[in-house]
Amino acid sequence: MSTNNKPKLKTSAMIASIAAEGQRTASAPFGEALLKLAAERPEIVGMTADLAKYTDLHIFAKAYPERFFQMGMAEQLLMGAAAGFAHQGAMPFVTTYAVFATRRAYDFMHQAIAEDNLNVKIACALPGLTTGYGPSHQAAEDLALMRAMPRMTVIDPCDALDIEQMVPAVAEHNGPVYMRLLRGKVPMVLDEYDYKFELGKAKLIRDGRDVLVISSGIMTMRALEVAKELEADNVDVAVLHVPTIKPLDTSTILREAGRLGRLVVVAENHTTIGGLGEAIGVELLRAGVTPQFRQIALPDAFLDAGALPTLHDRYGISTNVMANTIKNWVN
Amino acid sequence: METKTKSRAKLAEHAYRIRRNALLMGEVQGQGYVGQALDIADVLAVAYCQAMNFRPEEPEWEGRDIFLLSNGHYAIALYAALIEAGIIPEAELETYGSDDSRLPMSGMASYTPGMEMSGGSLGQGLSIAVGHGLGLKHKGSDAFVYTLFSDGELDEGAVWEGLMSAAHWKLDNLIAIVDVNNQQADGPSSEIMAFEPLTEKMEAFGWFTQRIDGNDIEAVAAAFDAARNHPEPKPRMIIADTRMGCGVPFLEAREKNHFIRVDEHEWQLALEALDAGRNA
Repeated sequence: MSTNNKPKLKTSAMIASIAAEGQRTASAPFGEALLKLAAERPEIVGMTADLAKYTDLHIFAKAYPERFFQMGMAEQLLMGAAAGFAHQGAMPFVTTYAVFATRRAYDFMHQAIAEDNLNVKIACALPGLTTGYGPSHQAAEDLALMRAMPRMTVIDPCDALDIEQMVPAVAEHNGPVYMRLLRGKVPMVLDEYDYKFELGKAKLIRDGRDVLVISSGIMTMRALEVAKELEADNVDVAVLHVPTIKPLDTSTILREAGRLGRLVVVAENHTTIGGLGEAIGVELLRAGVTPQFRQIALPDAFLDAGALPTLHDRYGISTNVMANTIKNWVN
Repeated sequence: METKTKSRAKLAEHAYRIRRNALLMGEVQGQGYVGQALDIADVLAVAYCQAMNFRPEEPEWEGRDIFLLSNGHYAIALYAALIEAGIIPEAELETYGSDDSRLPMSGMASYTPGMEMSGGSLGQGLSIAVGHGLGLKHKGSDAFVYTLFSDGELDEGAVWEGLMSAAHWKLDNLIAIVDVNNQQADGPSSEIMAFEPLTEKMEAFGWFTQRIDGNDIEAVAAAFDAARNHPEPKPRMIIADTRMGCGVPFLEAREKNHFIRVDEHEWQLALEALDAGRNA
């Protein structure tokens, strides 16, 4: 039997686009935005640990070779050196994968960067479950780790538009920033809405009577798709996008969650532990706002390897499964 | 490059006062890493009283040489040197390790003028030094970045990341000093994790390397001069073999320990012994 007759298997390859078939995308929004910003801000330097190509930093490196520093596959060195460089007045944009920054170089970010409140911007690809490669590369707990670090601003952008607007905004902010990065062909979604990224602000992207989904990152994209799907079922879904995980826009969240009669669902591409869901849950309790509260998040588990669509279905963060879950909660 | 040259006697006097400052601080708390402070005083005397370029009245002056204390528990030694250098007023000695003092037990950048990094979590200094070295070159500064770390820190993998990287980037503005006193928390460093032959290792990693008696102040001064003036585009390593407790014979003779115990009545004896050595 010829292998050509075998059905094409789904892949657990490390690099997979999260864009759905036929979805509008923009290419390398982080790299392009940084390139643009670097022209205005000579203090920006780019540093990476052998992952320029896979974090879209190669675009900056090509345009500004004298401002690009390849630190080798050494994430602790990367963070320490970024701290030293920032002490000398530079604004390092530092890239690697989320797992390596948060799990391998945590102490260096904590002690060398955050404690000294240095202007280091850490942009990390493969956040949450955006690769099927297995737990070595799946950063399911990155937000929990980074939220716990004093002085660290934490951002989980939704799409290419968010990323384009996030880059100049984090440069404007004085202090360390951890931002989740989508790279390659990145979905473009939020340009269809009246939306602009503002650091520290949650934005109501669509309103709805029955359900309030509070989400960050790619789960906002999913929530908007779910909202459209559930229109057919007469379930009216509002979507509050919270790209800045820390500091949390508590007042907007409390205002929206406090509107009576809506199920509140926090949806995040992250484990149930220590991410947006728990952050919001605590704020609601502190304020005495107690709507019906549900979480859509990754389990507290070592996630499987597999094709991303398979895994997103399995863990309940695909559009279809999420829509069904919410429908069941409402009914 | 401007090089201030001081006589041996003058440098020895600076080293004496650094040791004295450290003992006075140790006495305040009844403890402290004085064994290390006494062993590294000669290195710090040469660094702060001869080799380094800085403005005592303006610790943040942009053109200054940077000194990164990777082994944050040596803070008592660095404070002693910063006092001798005129960066910290001598009167602050008596606040050492107390609540709200600018001189906490472990060195932290946000607390103390002249403390350029937060040590404590060992093995970070060299990576930060690489960043300073790159940054200084990037902005065209001819300042140097110094970093002091201890032989125990050689156990940390990140040190070797820094060693490889500094040579890769040809950081001839980076001078590292490793204090080989052969003591770390659980015992003699060479037994905890064999690190010799250190000179050969450093050379193989691409560093211009000198190994000296770190308590021979003339040798220390010569090594700093050679490190700054070496013509090759390489980072510079000074391996300083030192003696814990150096300058106070009864502490030097005490059973070797990472954290030398000094009884309450012994602080005064230590100061007297130091004075006796000075006048000898």
